[in-house]
Amino acid sequence: MAFEDIKAGLDKFNAGVEAKLAKAPERANLEPNRLYTPLDLGEDFDYVTKLGFPGEYPFTRGVQPTMYRGRFWTMRMYAGFSTAKASNERYRYLLANGGSGLSCAFDLPTQIGYDSDDPMAEGEVGKVGVAIDSLADMEILFDQIPLDKVSTSMTINAPASVLLAMYIAVAEKQGVTPDKLRGTIQNDILKEYAARGTYIFPPKPSMRLITNIFEYCSKNVPQWNTISISGYHIREAGSTAAQEIAFTIADGIAYVEAAIKAGMDVDAFAGRLSFFWNAHNNVLEEVAKFRASRRVWAKVMKERFGAKKPKSMMLRVHTQTAGSMLTAQQPNNNIVRVALQTAAAVMGGTQSLHTNSKDEALALPTTESVTIALRTQQIVAYESGLADTVDPLGGSYYVEALTDKIEKECWAYIEKIDELGGAPEAIHKGYIQREIQDSAYKWQMDVEKGNRIIVGVNKFTQEEEPPKNLLRVDASVGVEQAARLKELRAKRDNDAVKANLAALEKAAADENENLMPYILDCVRVYATEGEICGVLRKVFGEYQAHTTL
Amino acid sequence: MANIRVLVAKPGLDGHDRGAKVVARALRDAGFEVIYTGIRLTPEQIAEAALQDDVNVVALSLLSGAHNTLFPKVVELLKEKGLTDVLVIGGGVIPAADIPGLKAAGIKEVFTPGTPTSDIVKFINENVKA
Repeated sequence: MAFEDIKAGLDKFNAGVEAKLAKAPERANLEPNRLYTPLDLGEDFDYVTKLGFPGEYPFTRGVQPTMYRGRFWTMRMYAGFSTAKASNERYRYLLANGGSGLSCAFDLPTQIGYDSDDPMAEGEVGKVGVAIDSLADMEILFDQIPLDKVSTSMTINAPASVLLAMYIAVAEKQGVTPDKLRGTIQNDILKEYAARGTYIFPPKPSMRLITNIFEYCSKNVPQWNTISISGYHIREAGSTAAQEIAFTIADGIAYVEAAIKAGMDVDAFAGRLSFFWNAHNNVLEEVAKFRASRRVWAKVMKERFGAKKPKSMMLRVHTQTAGSMLTAQQPNNNIVRVALQTAAAVMGGTQSLHTNSKDEALALPTTESVTIALRTQQIVAYESGLADTVDPLGGSYYVEALTDKIEKECWAYIEKIDELGGAPEAIHKGYIQREIQDSAYKWQMDVEKGNRIIVGVNKFTQEEEPPKNLLRVDASVGVEQAARLKELRAKRDNDAVKANLAALEKAAADENENLMPYILDCVRVYATEGEICGVLRKVFGEYQAHTTL
Repeated sequence: MANIRVLVAKPGLDGHDRGAKVVARALRDAGFEVIYTGIRLTPEQIAEAALQDDVNVVALSLLSGAHNTLFPKVVELLKEKGLTDVLVIGGGVIPAADIPGLKAAGIKEVFTPGTPTSDIVKFINENVKA
């Protein structure tokens, strides 16, 4: 059919619908058009340049040629709470039940570089993740888990180099050399300033620590993903889908620029950059977001940075279902939400996935609820058929139009951020934070006005008993960790600790030094995370946030 | 009623400030004077800010699970500074089982996920001493 014929047909169709709207009205507040047709792709829609083939530039349809026909995504459940011993048990349970990779959640003191007995850690030890103070804790965390067989993701940012060093040191003790290690550190400080809050140092030394890791790993830990440039938390903070990928890709541009400025060749490190997306409620919008993000990143790497290797242009992504979309009300409904979000991530072509548990609007998940979340992935993988063909929604008039729309919005933001002087400057000016806050406020007001329905929250509500059997982390974890620290400080070689911390301090003051080997030396003699970060705080100072409202 | 001044504060190390910022903005839109502290404040810093800014309400937000330790500590420190008339409320991911204990410690109301901001505005208007 020629385009004129489709246009004529569509006009006739719309006129017919409009004539009947008075009698048969549509729902209010609908964003997409009523119907998408080949007209939305445009007459000059070029399959090869816009979509191409999976595993080929611009990777719109996926980063691997066979996608899930080869192997499923990595089912990587984010877990960690209380002590290293309790978390180790959870990890081994997940691996025994079909989990295919580990993902460590650390408590806030660990994420912000405080030992468990620091006054700043009061009340927080072991709460949102596992408490790690030294290599001694890390040895217990990975006890009986062969680090040459499993890949491990660690949600750690400001002190990423310290936790990576501990992981390398544990592997050494298991007889596993660094070149065999596979995994990811989040290591994305820019989104910490903008949306997540676990920063320690000011931007400049933070960027140095990040590029130090890029360089060290490119030579010593070549299979390690050195950063997970994260949109997840930007979305959780309230951004839209387009803002999520735009602000994150802008952060990615800043990291690539920093590494090139530090003297690295783009193709030496870009293949180890990875991303982290949110799988939100609107299934088709999310699929389009994943597809658009791959197209934008490929173009950025090829055209802006002149990358040559295809691997450098691939946006490989871990995904987590949207925690902020879970409701405390009628928590069983969250199982269904997570299943839909899982479908979105899979049709979007994710490389790995964490599924949230139904009780996470209330507390950390129990073993039972985590099992349901893992089973959800397995059902989507093995039973739904969604994983049987590559990019199953490619060619859908609506999904292609939406992919184009999100891509366009993304480029507009990147341009705006370039004008502001790049992502670090845009964050410094509060621009990115304000954009996110405005979207968050609009969402909340839409919910309160009933323009957006959340089942069980502002419609279909019911009286219910508070849920039972929530996981609770006992306050005694803090006491236990403090006692372990006291014992450690008494029995380790304190002269060696002192000497290595002094060497680190000296190296930190010299911008040309790569700090990874020094941190590794500190870790090996059981210097604590708080001591190592304390030295770096002394040299680098601490970031002072500009609060925007 | 005279201008009601509200300090929205995040004690502890938790960086989740979407809720705190949305509530702060909704309270401002409802006509209150709102001061938002930003993240990562110690209970001491919050009590001091409440004193310096002469607020009528302290609204605490915490999603990390440290509420049982940190919320009561803020109330205690406010008392030490003689701020006994300040209305203290809290919100975040707080299990129902913890709420009676927090109320006994002087947190007048605890708002959990899904609460409309209008409920918080109403509660402040009905309970504040200004």
